[in-house]
Amino acid sequence: MTLKTTPLNAAHRAMGAKMVDFGGWDMPVNYGSQIDEHHQVRNDVGMFDVCHMRVVDIKGADVRIFLRYLLANNVDKLTLPGKALYSAMLLENGGVIDDLIVYFMNEDWFRIVVNAGTADKDIAWMKKQAAGFKGPLPTGEAAVALSPASGGKLDRGNMPISIISRDDLAMIAVQGPNARAKVWEALPGSRELTEKLIPFSAVEMGTMFIARTGYTGEDGFEIMIPAKAAPFFWATLAESGVKPIGLGARDTLRLEAGMNLYGQDMDESVSPLESGLAWTVDLTSPRDFIGKTALLANPPVNKLAGLVLLDRGVLRGHQKVHTPHGEGEITSGSFSPTLEKSIALARVPKEVAIGDTVQVAIRDKILNAQVVKYPFARNGKGLL
Amino acid sequence: MSNPSSLKYTTSHEWVKTEADGTISIGITQHAQELLGDMVFVETPTVGRKLKAKEECTVVESVKAAADVYAPVSGEVIAVNSDLDSNPEAINEDPYAAWMFKMKPDNAADVDALLDAAAYQAVVDSEAH
Repeated sequence: MTLKTTPLNAAHRAMGAKMVDFGGWDMPVNYGSQIDEHHQVRNDVGMFDVCHMRVVDIKGADVRIFLRYLLANNVDKLTLPGKALYSAMLLENGGVIDDLIVYFMNEDWFRIVVNAGTADKDIAWMKKQAAGFKGPLPTGEAAVALSPASGGKLDRGNMPISIISRDDLAMIAVQGPNARAKVWEALPGSRELTEKLIPFSAVEMGTMFIARTGYTGEDGFEIMIPAKAAPFFWATLAESGVKPIGLGARDTLRLEAGMNLYGQDMDESVSPLESGLAWTVDLTSPRDFIGKTALLANPPVNKLAGLVLLDRGVLRGHQKVHTPHGEGEITSGSFSPTLEKSIALARVPKEVAIGDTVQVAIRDKILNAQVVKYPFARNGKGLL
Repeated sequence: MSNPSSLKYTTSHEWVKTEADGTISIGITQHAQELLGDMVFVETPTVGRKLKAKEECTVVESVKAAADVYAPVSGEVIAVNSDLDSNPEAINEDPYAAWMFKMKPDNAADVDALLDAAAYQAVVDSEAH
């Protein structure tokens, strides 16, 4: 099968990237040293090709009503245009279809960014839910006209919702303590628009969309740009001294920052309440959403915990964790360049407490790890 | 970096250097370290352990993945490079200097039968296709 390529593929090769098959995409894993790239982002600035992620626009009158039902987090938290919200999208049984960021543009338009590997599945699910979705009961004159008393039939009616995959948009993330300054240097006019942008919000700039978001635990932007303009923007950033960062460092940065990776730390078989996502699931409002009934009926018995390896070795996904309260499993593990120790996220029985020592089976050895509060590192510093 | 012609090689990407006293030093090749990326952990065998050819005896872990290192020939482990405990990145910096363990081969002819640099390069090239 031919690998899919982003508009920056030639640029990566010219910059000496080592390319790998990443879920069907030909992507850079590093441009030399993954550890150097990791430190580059923690201490200065780096840029990532995230064009493989998918932008999906949801449009239609009062589309907020649909998203209230579609997403586990509550889009009513979004009141200012450009504001972003992190949410899971759940199956009826509560399993996680994907995690995503939803941006409030206006009442007729929300923008969602989903993972690359799940994008087609996500869009199919959204379209299925949107088909035949019933809008609110009519009010005012329309209600009178449609009421049974005036001879009409009171019908909620189908709500027309458009699910638009924005394959025409590329996305580049610029991350690190100096990321914003470098973007302002490379992109004339962007400073005025984005200097006051609070974290987790975005603004449009012509055909571009600049969000103060990321997946590294550092400040910076994720920038959407028409695909055909992406190579030029990438080259401009490079000329400003922004180093390219591969998917290898992206993974260690996000793990240190305590951010979940879909397919490892969460998937369709596990409740978000057992995946460290309880803070994103709104179970308090009377609002109904897909998966809510299942979550209420199945209280979590496990939780996601942070581990630091006390002995020598490296924690990896799928290693078994022995605790006094039963067995668990590592969902993501690696070496933390910032802490110079091995760290992991692990799904363990919920009784396991911070400070506990647990045992991890690594090949033929049983090694000790300590349960810690995560994130492990953010904003240039280790947090342990 | 080319593969030194003075060394022998295995299809599993170890290099083997014969010392003056007939013992051998073993490490992993430039190609192997490139594939694995930044090294963060090396677990060497116990001195005195008897190994059979192709037996797993060392684990190297990079940020990305763990990989086994195999005994190139049968023999006994006579030394391990404990410098790599605190400095595993030496493998990335100069893979042909960063030996992992030394063996006394059971049979010197087994070492002679390993791949030479050109034959090893052919193995690497074939994997690229």
